[in-house]
Amino acid sequence: MSDTKNFYWKGIEELTNDIEVVKYADKEFPEHLTIKDTFGDNSESGKSNRRDFLKLMGFSVAAVSLAACDTPVRHAIPYIVKPEEITPGVPNYYASTYLDGGDYCSVLVKTREGRPIFVEGNSYSSVTMGGTSSLVNTSIMSLYDIERAKKPSINGKDSNWATVDKEIVDKLTQISQSGGQIRIVSNTILSPSTKKVIADFIVKYPTAVHVTYDQVSASALLQANKIKFGKAVVPSYKFEKASVIASFGADFLGTWISPIEYARQFAQNRKLGKEKKQMSRLFSFESMMSLTGANADYRTPIRPSQEGLVIAKLYNLIAAKAGKPSIATADIKIPYLDKCAENLWEGKEKSLVVSGSNDLELQQLVVEINEMLGSYGTTIDMNTPSYQRQGDDAKMSAFVKDVEAGNVKAVIFYNANPVYDYPQGASLAKNLGKVELKISTADRLHETASLCNYNCPDSHFLESWNDAEPKRGYFSLGQPAIMTIFNTRQVQQSLLTWSGNNLDYLTYIRNFWKDNLFALQNKESEFETFWKRSLHNGVFEPSVGESYVSVNQSATDAAATVDLNAIASEITSEYKAGNGLELIIYQKIVAGTGTQANNPYVHDSPDPISKMCWGNYVSVPLSMAKEKGFVNKENKATTATVKIGNTEFKLPVVIQPGQAPNTIAIALGYGRIDSDKVSVGKVATEAAGVNMYAFANAGSNIRYSLFSGISIEDSGEWERLASTQSHSTFMGRETIIQEATLAQYQKNEQAGRFFPKISGSIKGERVATDVSLWDVSSDGYGKKPEAKTEAEKMLWNERHKTGADIHKYPNHHWGMSIDLNSCIGCGACVTACHIENNVSVVGKKEVINRREMHWIRIDRYYSSEGDGLEERDFDKLAEVVENPKVVFQPMMCQHCNNAPCETVCPVAATTHSTEGLNQMTYNRCIGTKYCANNCPYKVRRFNWFKYHNNEEFDYNQNNDLGKMVLNPDVTVRSRGVMEKCSLCIQRIQVGKLKAKSESRRPKDGEVTTACASACPTEAIIFGDLNDSEARVSNLLDYEVEKGRAYNVLAEINTRPNVWYLTKIRNIDEKNV
Amino acid sequence: MSRFISTNILPFLFVFFFASATTFAQQDTTKQVDGTGQTDGAAQVGAAGGLSSDAAVIAKGLELFNGNCKQCHAVNEKVVGPALAKVYERRQLPWLINFIKYPQKTIESGDAYAAALYKEYKQFMPNHDFLKDDEIVSILSYVQEETKNPTKATTTGGGTTATAEESKESSSGLLVGIVIGLATLLVVVLAVLAMLGSVLTKYLAKEKVLSDADKAILNQRIEWGKILTSRGFVGIASFVFVALVLKVATEGLITIGVQQGYAPEQPIPFSHKLHAGQYEIDCKYCHNTVEKSKHASIPGPYVCMNCHNSIKTTSPNMQKIYEYVENDEPIQWVRVHNLPDLAYFNHAQHVKVAGLDCTNCHGDIKNMEVVQQVSLLTMGWCIDCHRKTEVNAKGNAYYDDLTEMHSKYSKQPMKVENIGGLECSKCHY
Repeated sequence: MSDTKNFYWKGIEELTNDIEVVKYADKEFPEHLTIKDTFGDNSESGKSNRRDFLKLMGFSVAAVSLAACDTPVRHAIPYIVKPEEITPGVPNYYASTYLDGGDYCSVLVKTREGRPIFVEGNSYSSVTMGGTSSLVNTSIMSLYDIERAKKPSINGKDSNWATVDKEIVDKLTQISQSGGQIRIVSNTILSPSTKKVIADFIVKYPTAVHVTYDQVSASALLQANKIKFGKAVVPSYKFEKASVIASFGADFLGTWISPIEYARQFAQNRKLGKEKKQMSRLFSFESMMSLTGANADYRTPIRPSQEGLVIAKLYNLIAAKAGKPSIATADIKIPYLDKCAENLWEGKEKSLVVSGSNDLELQQLVVEINEMLGSYGTTIDMNTPSYQRQGDDAKMSAFVKDVEAGNVKAVIFYNANPVYDYPQGASLAKNLGKVELKISTADRLHETASLCNYNCPDSHFLESWNDAEPKRGYFSLGQPAIMTIFNTRQVQQSLLTWSGNNLDYLTYIRNFWKDNLFALQNKESEFETFWKRSLHNGVFEPSVGESYVSVNQSATDAAATVDLNAIASEITSEYKAGNGLELIIYQKIVAGTGTQANNPYVHDSPDPISKMCWGNYVSVPLSMAKEKGFVNKENKATTATVKIGNTEFKLPVVIQPGQAPNTIAIALGYGRIDSDKVSVGKVATEAAGVNMYAFANAGSNIRYSLFSGISIEDSGEWERLASTQSHSTFMGRETIIQEATLAQYQKNEQAGRFFPKISGSIKGERVATDVSLWDVSSDGYGKKPEAKTEAEKMLWNERHKTGADIHKYPNHHWGMSIDLNSCIGCGACVTACHIENNVSVVGKKEVINRREMHWIRIDRYYSSEGDGLEERDFDKLAEVVENPKVVFQPMMCQHCNNAPCETVCPVAATTHSTEGLNQMTYNRCIGTKYCANNCPYKVRRFNWFKYHNNEEFDYNQNNDLGKMVLNPDVTVRSRGVMEKCSLCIQRIQVGKLKAKSESRRPKDGEVTTACASACPTEAIIFGDLNDSEARVSNLLDYEVEKGRAYNVLAEINTRPNVWYLTKIRNIDEKNV
Repeated sequence: MSRFISTNILPFLFVFFFASATTFAQQDTTKQVDGTGQTDGAAQVGAAGGLSSDAAVIAKGLELFNGNCKQCHAVNEKVVGPALAKVYERRQLPWLINFIKYPQKTIESGDAYAAALYKEYKQFMPNHDFLKDDEIVSILSYVQEETKNPTKATTTGGGTTATAEESKESSSGLLVGIVIGLATLLVVVLAVLAMLGSVLTKYLAKEKVLSDADKAILNQRIEWGKILTSRGFVGIASFVFVALVLKVATEGLITIGVQQGYAPEQPIPFSHKLHAGQYEIDCKYCHNTVEKSKHASIPGPYVCMNCHNSIKTTSPNMQKIYEYVENDEPIQWVRVHNLPDLAYFNHAQHVKVAGLDCTNCHGDIKNMEVVQQVSLLTMGWCIDCHRKTEVNAKGNAYYDDLTEMHSKYSKQPMKVENIGGLECSKCHY
């Protein structure tokens, strides 16, 4: 640590030493916060006095004693006929499949007494490998969204299925017989049986055509592969096999195509340890700071208009090495590109280049580069392509033109909302009137559905049967975990009904699997066993031969030759390095494409990079902020007037370090209309923002950047931002992040570690853990070591000869290891913890008041090297902010063995357990907040309000349906008590009980925390340190003694049971 | 208010419970004594019908009757099935044995008498083919005995209760008598003393030869007013008053939320005494998740139906259950044991792992007509048990290392508290 001279900062405010940040750094709350006085009056003037206090107290005493007299009668209501598999109080797990357009995750659904309460990753799947993402976790709340459509409707008026079906079938038949065109518009459909349902529908109504588009299109990538290989598919990338990866704007760790899968793969080759001393290197060239850029070893900010030239230059650099002719494009000089080309070439056949651009020419160049690098067959697999993006921009654009021309007589919007999330949505909205029959299957009357004649609400994925083939030969089954809550019907069933097929969809899927998939395996001879096994596992992954043709595979063409000169001239004409203001439209990892816009968990989780909750904003580089006068202060910012074309809107400004100069970035997924007719919901309305889909450039391929026609000005107004950036500051204690370069690590595994020494007058310098707080005379070694039993010798504290002040943990010693090197900061752990532990959603206002309740947060630190930063030389700072390095650190209760919080609690509400846990007892807590003040890690959260049954926090704990998401094994905390991470004690207790009743010790992996189970990269590992077989114990046995494991703030001798592994960057000592 | 009422009623309930328990115990003995005492009348019919009048046989018959027949039959009155008095006179023994074993078959075979019975009672008695012939004979012997010398207990319960109370009173009556006698004596003595005093005062007053000092003594009046306003009295009285109020208040506050003795009325008056006590149905038969889950779980009507599809089907309470099932409506039982939401309790941990018996916390359920909360269910009560109870570690590999380590450092057996059983997060999270 001491030798690297890194300087860590959380945000611009901290870096520039903003007066307010300094002022409030050691305060828990930023300023005087109004809390309602005794009579609910929030005004400043209405101060309550002593008499009011006495009156209220008198009333309370009377009320309490009266209430105490009357014990409420509680009922115990048994099942009339108990389902065989349900044991009240014991959860059941069902394998299912999360599908949202092309986004896929194989999941396990935890249900209690028939209601789903948690979604976990399914480790049987070799696609997602047990990982999840924030959106997968939060999807459970969308199930219990009370604002969902509750029954079919005709022109906004409630109806019933029989009427709707009859009218629709009549009209469809009539239109089809008169030769009228019918369109089914959908996002990517991964389900092969659904594809067949649609095919059946088209047989019945031959004028029907299926149009697919993606909210964030990868059409160019598909086309490039179609031209080169004849297959319009996303290839399977193998990030785990790549030693050098270059990403051009592809946020493959956050949002690009299949982030859960890619993150797991990527992390496999980023982990270091006893056996593994090599890791991959990631170059990132991008315009705004994405999650992938934040994890890159070398990151270069480029302007969107440079992207084409940069990729062309890389092509030329690689071509020169490969002895191929170069293409004629303007030269461009940007940092690290030459190095990238060199590294890629050195790592030939182990390199991988990806681009997130939706420009066909760029994707074609990337294909060529990968071919020269020999990536095909090694890091890219064309034989098992991914079908997670199937949208065809050209077809969708043609559809909109057809609607405009009045050529379409009927349209079915299959779970699609193009009026909102397609760039030409406005035109579509205007012209939909020309379509005779408009049917939507939306879960609410959103932008598109409100314009349709019929809305036939689809059921939530947890209420539906489904199947999926995300990659060729990788099948997945989705089963319902609950009956439909409302009178909804899954779309496939609707389509079957309208096609005149009386089969229910479950039978249909079974038949499909029987006819098409059963024969792909030879393990089971009975279909029933095969079906049950597949349903149990959730996935079916046979090794399919060459001859297998997937339903998801569009027609294959012959490979065509690529005309490089044409590409070069296209690029030259399009990408001209200019200085104008440019716009990037991007997808945020937590908000996603906006399909879960009404989900409170989504908005309460901070964005991993900007740390913003609740709402949309413009990211600008510091240089632009200086020029235009934008200011970011403690939780407030100036707003900017952004003009794009002829449209003008106001959004707050967030200064984003690492953003390319003179570019602005605004995220998708916000700006839902709230009017009499259209309402996506209360939560979506609170999140507000601007709909950026409308500004994407809808050419032949939708482009998510604009090079001209944009202006931005200071509006002169201020807006409060729900940003958690400066909350829980680390007070300049920079040793909490310990990092080193790969070369340093290879020389010395403990490189970057900080070994604090305490100097004393008698014994001189010692490590902090050898100093005893209590046993002064003997220094903690007072008792002579006794002969230990065999079992005792295996305990963690004994194995590690832990020094002074040890607690005795004879049974379990729960511990956690967090690998900073494989933590990509995605935030899946945050949402998983949020849901598992009944953590309240607090809303925008309370986040601004620094009262967010998350038990785990991910601290994102920017870091910069060099001198002069301590003095805060502004020119130096500006340089630093241009492109800082980033490190993510998940931070939760560290479960200190010498916990500072425990010693200050006046009522002993927080105590230490014999299993190494720091326990928080809510019913004993009186809310002094001493513990929070004394916690060096700032991980304790105070319940300022009763968030449940409180109209002011109308998120999910205010109605019976929303409350169904609550975990019945975890107390719902009330106002006035402190809370914090419990290391998922409820899961620990369940695991222990299971072991006890089976007369054995718990197996490793049986007990795990919600955060660890959600982590897509396995950066968080939890287990029993006393169990010498456990993964966490094996890992830490080595890393604590010889390697990378450290405790945050070890110098204050708190002795946490949570260990961090140092961050290793694969960068050369001297940066070129 | 209901809680106060329940606490106030508790002692009465307890007395009632105790009294009724004695009553039942006595019924049994009465019957047996009666049975052995009178044997003469039984001889004649017994000889004719092959029934026995042997006391042992009759006792066995009684036991079998209680175990198998009592649900539906009484000797001297019609319950679900016909009254059994003189049944041995109405039919021949072989017919009876056959009918008891296979009622439905007999009825369906076209037997006129059996058919007539079916016509009247409209239901089949379940097969009792598990009974041996001599067992049926002993049951019938008991019926014969009962027909001839009906026990008061079975017919007029009130009478026996009265006698029982009498006998109980007679034992405690002596004590009460002594107390009353002593009290009367005391009153008499006081009255005599007072009379003496007044006579003597009058006499002295008449003499008129008293000095002033003596007069003062003679005319002495207790000045109650002064005493009452004296500082000492006020001090003591207010101290006593405050102390009493505090005591009552703290005791009251401590019991807030404590529902010990809570015995709510249930929608169906299910008797644990009958099912768990008399028929000895295992608790886990109905509360079948007790070893698997945190909840012991209340069985649904589908569990009742395992037996009650043929037993007591016409009883009004069973009809109620059928109604619930038909209306697809769950039975809303009233929860007797209510832990606050902040406390986590797991039945499986205590029953399966610790091997505790249900009665440890739920009391003598087998004798409860209406289930009531016997234990305090306060945290102190939990903790107390965790302090006293030894861990059921034997044969459970989970505890092997723990036991070994514990025995190394302590000579005491390993209690729950020794392995973290007193820690907050074991129950609160």
